[in-house]
Amino acid sequence: MASLVLGDAIEHDEFMDDYSRGTPSRPWFFRVHWGRGIALVLAAAYFIVPFYAAMQFSLQNVDGHFSLQPLTQIAQQPGFLSALWLSTQLAIATMAIVLILMVPTMIYVHLRMPRFRRVMEVITILPIVIPPIVLIVGVDGVTPLWLKSSQYLLALVYVVLAMPYVYRSLDAGLGALDLKTLVEAARSLGSGWVSIIWRVLVPNLRSALLSASVLTLALVFGEFTIASLDGWTTIPVWIYSAPTNSPRVNTLVAMLALLATCAVLMLIVSFDRKSHSRRN
Amino acid sequence: MSMDTQTPPSTMAHVSSPKTGAPVVLENLTRRFGTTKALDGFTLRIEPGEFVALLGPSGCGKTTALRVLAGFERPDIGKVLVDGLDVVHVPAQKRDMGMVFQSYSLFPNMSARDNVAFGLQLRHQRSTPRRARADELLELVGLSEHTNKYPHQLSGGQQQRVALARALAIEPRVLLLDEPLSALDAKVRAELRDQIRALQQRLMITTVFVTHDQEEALSMADRVCVMSRGRAEQIATPAELYSKPSTEFVAQFVGISSRVAVVRTGDSVALFGRDVKIRGEAPEGAESLDALLRPEDVDVVVAPTGLGIITHKSFLGATTRLEVGIGGAAVKADILSSGAEVFELGTRVDLVANARDVLVTASRPAT
Repeated sequence: MASLVLGDAIEHDEFMDDYSRGTPSRPWFFRVHWGRGIALVLAAAYFIVPFYAAMQFSLQNVDGHFSLQPLTQIAQQPGFLSALWLSTQLAIATMAIVLILMVPTMIYVHLRMPRFRRVMEVITILPIVIPPIVLIVGVDGVTPLWLKSSQYLLALVYVVLAMPYVYRSLDAGLGALDLKTLVEAARSLGSGWVSIIWRVLVPNLRSALLSASVLTLALVFGEFTIASLDGWTTIPVWIYSAPTNSPRVNTLVAMLALLATCAVLMLIVSFDRKSHSRRN
Repeated sequence: MSMDTQTPPSTMAHVSSPKTGAPVVLENLTRRFGTTKALDGFTLRIEPGEFVALLGPSGCGKTTALRVLAGFERPDIGKVLVDGLDVVHVPAQKRDMGMVFQSYSLFPNMSARDNVAFGLQLRHQRSTPRRARADELLELVGLSEHTNKYPHQLSGGQQQRVALARALAIEPRVLLLDEPLSALDAKVRAELRDQIRALQQRLMITTVFVTHDQEEALSMADRVCVMSRGRAEQIATPAELYSKPSTEFVAQFVGISSRVAVVRTGDSVALFGRDVKIRGEAPEGAESLDALLRPEDVDVVVAPTGLGIITHKSFLGATTRLEVGIGGAAVKADILSSGAEVFELGTRVDLVANARDVLVTASRPAT
């Protein structure tokens, strides 16, 4: 019998067909991973049931029929548009400040002070550990008067709150790059630091930057305590406190905010997959 | 067909030569990292258009020397003169040096063409000539069919060739190569080695090449600087380095050397019954001496009453390497494979020194 070299065998179609097809030895019922399926269904139910209940409460009429009419009422609710505009402004300002602060800092730490990453990790976790009420009382105590009256004080506080999420997203993104070589290659070609960050690093950190941005967006649109204590009517504060609101509309707004965040997250996941498959 | 076996340099496109290479002087460089001295008074002069290889074991300071020249490290003491000007305080991005790195350093978000054009874009070159120049250089390195591919779509050898084209695109005064072949497989490495050398000779660009592979250094460079503990042990042409190593370290590091105990007689040593002249200076005050022999410095003769016994035999293609145990030493000798069948393991042989002169060092204490 002629000997078969491994390379020949792998290139041989019939061999590969037989090899990859395999022979099912057990009926499908036993081949299904039931444990995984059950866990998945339970996890899905944990999220979907309350969501469905809230949507039913918001959209179902007394006669039992579903109607989209509450959707049209949202914009007419007093204070909704101004709350939405304030939250949007805060989200944009927070995202801009936190990324402008964190991207160069993280690049510097990864390049020049890698040992400081552990310290950074601890520092950035503090906003999660410190209760928001302590944070805002402390901030109010040291803030100059002119800034206290500005909504951007809230954005500055949100920058601190967003740091744990932004740090982790960027840390993972930078860790996946051969940062030192890319930076040195760009420098040897004549690139200054602004150009390196803008033309080389930011495009290669797209996924990390998107994740950081969405997490910041979700944080700003969901944060209640600090906005409420500081006297600003953001979307969460509006949902809770507007006296004329219909509870059905309030619930609907909360659910829509949740849906919008989910949609953006899913967009990022699909974007990530695309860029990952392109890279490989 | 392998994607790496493409247009050879000889049939490459005509490309305008960059500016003439600049003379480089690294003068008395010292660089400490904590308590470790990566460079310890390192000095090297490179002529315009010369190809110099920095060769040495890991930790000898060769990469630090290159990084100091590139501007990524600043020396504690010393000067870096390019074209007569001290550039120690000039940042890397203003030194006008092209560099190819050990790891693949292409920008993942850019196509091969955009990578090559990156440096030109920074120099505000207009789009059309920039693209033309990038395509020209990609053709030069045999990648004209891959201009629109992204780094992840290219093999390792192709990526390094794009990196080389990118470094050449800016018409650098000095080309720096930091072990650019070490991540490649043997066949691609040999091909790219020849391409780099051919390109360098054609463009006459001053080139500094860091490697720990002596074969690469000896086959590519005009001169090789062997480094050890942050210093230059010997700077010489490959032939001189191999045939006339000036120190024991160089003799041991470059090529293969065997140590044989010898007795001094004036300016010669007695080696296998023959007087052989001492190369350079013999160490003063040494109680006993060793000669360092290349495998081709020794002839092997079958002799039933000989003092040596063949202990190892390795087929190397055209030659066969024998290891002969003689007087407590293991001496390596290369013979033509066509006549190797008479030398079986255990055969008694005599050794005959055929070298005109030999490097002599103090004996190592027995371990």
